[in-house]
Formats: sequence, structure tokens, C-alpha cells
Amino acid sequence: MTMISAQSGQVGSPLLNLAVFAGFVAITLYVVYRVSHRNTSTADYYAAGSTFTGSQNGVALTGDYLSAASFLGIAGAIAVHGYDGFLYSIGFLVAWLVALLLVAELVRNTGRFTMGDVLAYRMRQRPVRAAAATSTLVISFFYMLAQMAGAGGLVALLLDVHGKGGQALVICVVGLIMIFYVLVGGMKGTTWVQIIKATLLVLCVVLMTVFLLGKFGFSVSALLDEAAANNAKGEAVLVPGVQYGKTAITQLDFVSLSLALILGAAALPHVLMRFYTVPNAKQARRSVVWAIGCMAVFYLATLVIGYGASALVGSDRILSSTGKENSAAPLLAFEIGGTLLLGIVAAVAFATILAVVAGLTLTASASFAHDVYANIFRGGKADPRSEVKVARRTAVVVGVLAMIGGILANGQNVAFLVALAFAFAASANLSTLLYSLFWKRFNTTGTLWGMYCGLGSCLLLVFLSPVVSGAPTSIFASVDFHLFPLTNPGIVSIPISFLAGYLGTVLSKDQPDEALQKEMAVRALTGIGQ
Amino acid sequence: MTQVVHTPITARAPEQAGAGFGGITTQHGTPPVPPDGPDYAAIHDSPQFAALRRRFRRFVFPMAALFFGWYLTYVLLAAYAHDFMSHRLFGLVTVGLVLGVLQFVSTIAITAAYVRFARRNLDPAVEELRAGAGVTDR
Repeated sequence: MTMISAQSGQVGSPLLNLAVFAGFVAITLYVVYRVSHRNTSTADYYAAGSTFTGSQNGVALTGDYLSAASFLGIAGAIAVHGYDGFLYSIGFLVAWLVALLLVAELVRNTGRFTMGDVLAYRMRQRPVRAAAATSTLVISFFYMLAQMAGAGGLVALLLDVHGKGGQALVICVVGLIMIFYVLVGGMKGTTWVQIIKATLLVLCVVLMTVFLLGKFGFSVSALLDEAAANNAKGEAVLVPGVQYGKTAITQLDFVSLSLALILGAAALPHVLMRFYTVPNAKQARRSVVWAIGCMAVFYLATLVIGYGASALVGSDRILSSTGKENSAAPLLAFEIGGTLLLGIVAAVAFATILAVVAGLTLTASASFAHDVYANIFRGGKADPRSEVKVARRTAVVVGVLAMIGGILANGQNVAFLVALAFAFAASANLSTLLYSLFWKRFNTTGTLWGMYCGLGSCLLLVFLSPVVSGAPTSIFASVDFHLFPLTNPGIVSIPISFLAGYLGTVLSKDQPDEALQKEMAVRALTGIGQ
Repeated sequence: MTQVVHTPITARAPEQAGAGFGGITTQHGTPPVPPDGPDYAAIHDSPQFAALRRRFRRFVFPMAALFFGWYLTYVLLAAYAHDFMSHRLFGLVTVGLVLGVLQFVSTIAITAAYVRFARRNLDPAVEELRAGAGVTDR
């Protein structure tokens, strides 16, 4: 059963990996079926009737946020590049303070289902909701593409499926299960999937960490010593610079990436939508506190796991395996716990992709049905039942698009795509969200300028960057039309969106609705009327 | 499982219907507040609300500036101050690693500080305003 060969990089038993994953799917499907007997109203489908507690939602937020890129990607980056991988974790974690201090409670108090609810509160409904839906769909799609692309690589490693056709088949199976979660479970079912997945993921990394530390006599220095000894880069892995320190451009790229990470998290539509699943602002606050707690543990554990993989597996073996960097955590699991632990880690990684994609699909479908269908097409007078029907149909369409996109993007760099989604969120959403929550004069024109300039500049800069052309790792490696040197546009596009939002407001003759502005200010802080 | 909390949906004045949330109401209960909804302008202009907002902003704005500045400092050090970050403190543990872990510590500390602050200084004021507007405990 168990085989291990350095050439193919295949470890463990595909059959066992598959069995553990099937077990996870069976349990979650049962839970989704049990909790979702009533899903006909918009409040149930979009926000689980706002019945989750802060702690439950906090764990679910953790589940939504910790994608496969976080788990496999960061552990792998630390194992191979050392410290530079750790820089990702820090950005991902500190970003939650933006949500805690400036966003979570106010968004809970002013919206009901989508980001568009908050942004359009005191603005002209149609144009602002259209902009909010556009940015939600673009961001969710990029994020989803990253997840589905990662699924392909993971399959190659864990199930020993190497043909593109076989990988496409697995991506389709993942997509179908995910669509089922969303259709049957709505927000409630999807939330439970996130809770189960996050619990498994955090437990799994904590156990591996404790085991690793024990193996090195609880001496961090001994672990680092061994990690440096077995890494091709030597002791350079203990300090920053291996990946980003090469040239002035890579250094600036790193600063740009860091800005996108810290400012993007609190503006991701699927994160914002989670705050509506709890009954009030206090529970929204508790959600973020729980999420920060779970994630602090998780990211510290990935630091140990990453260095541990470098120490016990070695960077050369990781890079020569099928999944390259992404296989660091699975290889380490095999090294310390044999086939069974590998099977569990593999299943958790799969579950991670499945759950994150389900959350994204739900968000995209909610934004289309609530912002576009109900409020733009039906002028806010849609029948809730037909709105939910539209949301379900959109979920199927989005799910199918994700499958096709995932098959096409199979093999693309996962971390890039996720970082881009963060840059989009930080550029298109954060400026307008903050202005609309904190700036009295902010008006419709400012909202539209902020969102479209942020989103547009971001798209344009990515298109002209080495991500798309002109580098060996580009999507179109054979042509070169790149003009912008950085792979992450955040450092340019985030200031552009803040500036555009400001200028749009100051230069337009739009009069803000004073009554609605006061209403929103009162509601944001007190929740009165909500 | 969780207990079901039915959040009352406030009725709006007719001219505002559709402005806030597209006028979609759920099947959940009837509003306990007057049919016109709470008088937001009056609440907004009251000294209690002004005090609450000032207290909230005086905490979150400096705190946000603080963690953002500290994070940015760290990022710039990691990008440009290679020698400083490589300095060994004990064993193989470098300044870079310690500063990185300190980012974790500061994040948790700021979270704890905000929760404490909100519980002591924001929540009671919010409850008072809600009671004044005829909205009882959720």
C-alpha cells in the first residue's frame, strides 16, 4: 500500500487519502442536510437568519479565511524560502485589526445581507449597488480561481492523478459537492461546513506543532538549526530577503504585497457577509476576537511546521516533489505520522478548498440576487422567494464558472492569485467602506469614483504586470507587453482609490442626503432600527 | 444548536421605503417601535450620541494608526534593513523572528484592549441610547 519514491514525489496511499476525504464530505453533507430544513426566506439563505453566536461565527470566519493558500502555501513558503514565508502570515493576521476596530460592528449594524447594503445606505441605490456587485463578483472570482487552481495541484500530489483530464475530473467533483452545499445548505449549511473544517484544520496544525517541538526538545533554536542545515539556502532562511530581497523591484513588490494583505482582508466580500450571520454588533465583535485567536494560533503553528518541514524533509526533496512548495506540509505529515497523518492532512487541505469555494459562491450569488436582481431590476420590490430562487440559480452558474476557470487556471501560482484578490478588495472596497462609515460628506459620485478607479487601476496594472506577460512565470510567457514592474498593484491602486473617492466627493455637486446620513451614523454605532 | 433570535425589523417612513435595504422585509415579527421608526435626527443631534461617537473615534482612530504604523515599520525593516533583522539575539533566534512574533503579540494585545474598552465605555452608552429610542435589549 504505502509507497514512497523520491522521483515521482508520491507519498502515502491515494486510497487512504481519498477515504478520509470521503469521510469528511459524508459528515459535512449530513450536517448540511440536517441544519437546513428551512431555507426559503432571504434572511435564512443569505444570513442563516442571523442565528449564529459570535464564537461559532468566529470559527467559521477562520474557516472562510484560511484557504489552501494559507495552509499549504505558507507552510511551503517557510519551508523553502524561510522567513519570507512568515511575512505572509503576519500580514494575514494583523489585517484583522482593521476588521475589529473599523469595520465589523459598523457593517453589522448598517447592512443586512451584502456589502452593497452598507455602501448604498445613504447613496443613490442603483449605481452604487451595481458597483458593489461588480467588485464583489470580480474579487470572488479571482479568489475562487486561486482555490480551484490549487485543487488541481493538490490532486496531483495526494491522489496520484497526473493527467490533466483526471485533474479536471476531480476539480469538477469538488465543484459539484460545493454547489450542493450552497444550494441545500444556504448560509447556515455553509457556515457549519466552515466550522467543521476550521476545527479540523486548527487541531491538525496544533498537533503537528506540538509533536515537532517535542521532537526538538522544545528548543526553538534546535529546530531552526536543523532547518537551516537541511535547506539549500542555509542560514539565510532565518532572516528576510531570500525571496523578496533580490532587487529594488522585488523589495518594493514586497511592500506593495504587504499593504494589500493588511488592507484587503477586512474588505473581502465573503468576510463582510459573515458578519450578518450573528444577531448584533456585540456578537460581530466576538466573532472577530475568536477569529483573531484561532488565526494567531494557526499562523504561529505554520511557522513551526514550515521550519519543521525544512528540518525533517529538506528543501531539496520538497522542491523535487510533484507539488513543489505546496507539498511541504503533506510531506512533513508523512515524515512524522506516516500514511494516516498524511491522509488526514490531505483531507483537511481538500476540505479547505471545498469550504472556501462554497463561501465564495454563496457571496457571489447573494450579491447578484440581492444587489442586482432585487434592487436594480426589481427596484427593491422583489418577492423574497423569487430572490432566493435567483440566488440559487446564480450559485449554480458561479459554481460552473469556477469549475471551468479552475480547469483553465490549473497550474497557475496560487499565492499570486490570492494576493491579487486581496489587492482588488483593498483597492475597490476598503476606501469606499471607510469613507461611507466615517465621512459625513461622502456621496454617490465619490463612491462610484472610489470603487471604479480602484478596481480599474488594479485590473489595468495587473494586466500590464509580469503576472500576465514578459516573465517565465507569466500567464502568457511567450509575449511581453508588461509596463508595470510589480506583481502586486496595491501600492499604487490603493492610494488611487482613496484619492478618487475623495476627489469624486469634493468635485461633484451631489448633495449628500442629510437625513439618511444621520440615520446611518446612529445605526452604525448603536444598532437602533436594525 | 443556537437559539433563534428574531431581530425586529423597524418600519420606515413611507418616503424612505426602499432607500435603505430595498424595502425587503422578512416574515419575522412586527416592529416594537413607533410606526415612523426611531427619530434618527434627534438621536444624532443629542449630546449622548455625540459623546459616544467621540469616545469611539478617540479610541479606534489612534489605535488603527498605531498598529498600521507599527506594521509598516516592520515591513520596511524586513524589506530594507537586512543587517538589523539578521542580528542574532540568542542561539539562532534573530531580531527578525522576534519582531515577527511581537506583531502577533501586539495584535492580541490591541484586540484585548479594544474589547475591554468597548465593554466598559461603549456598550453601556449604546444600551442607554437604545433604551431611550424605545429599543430594548436584543
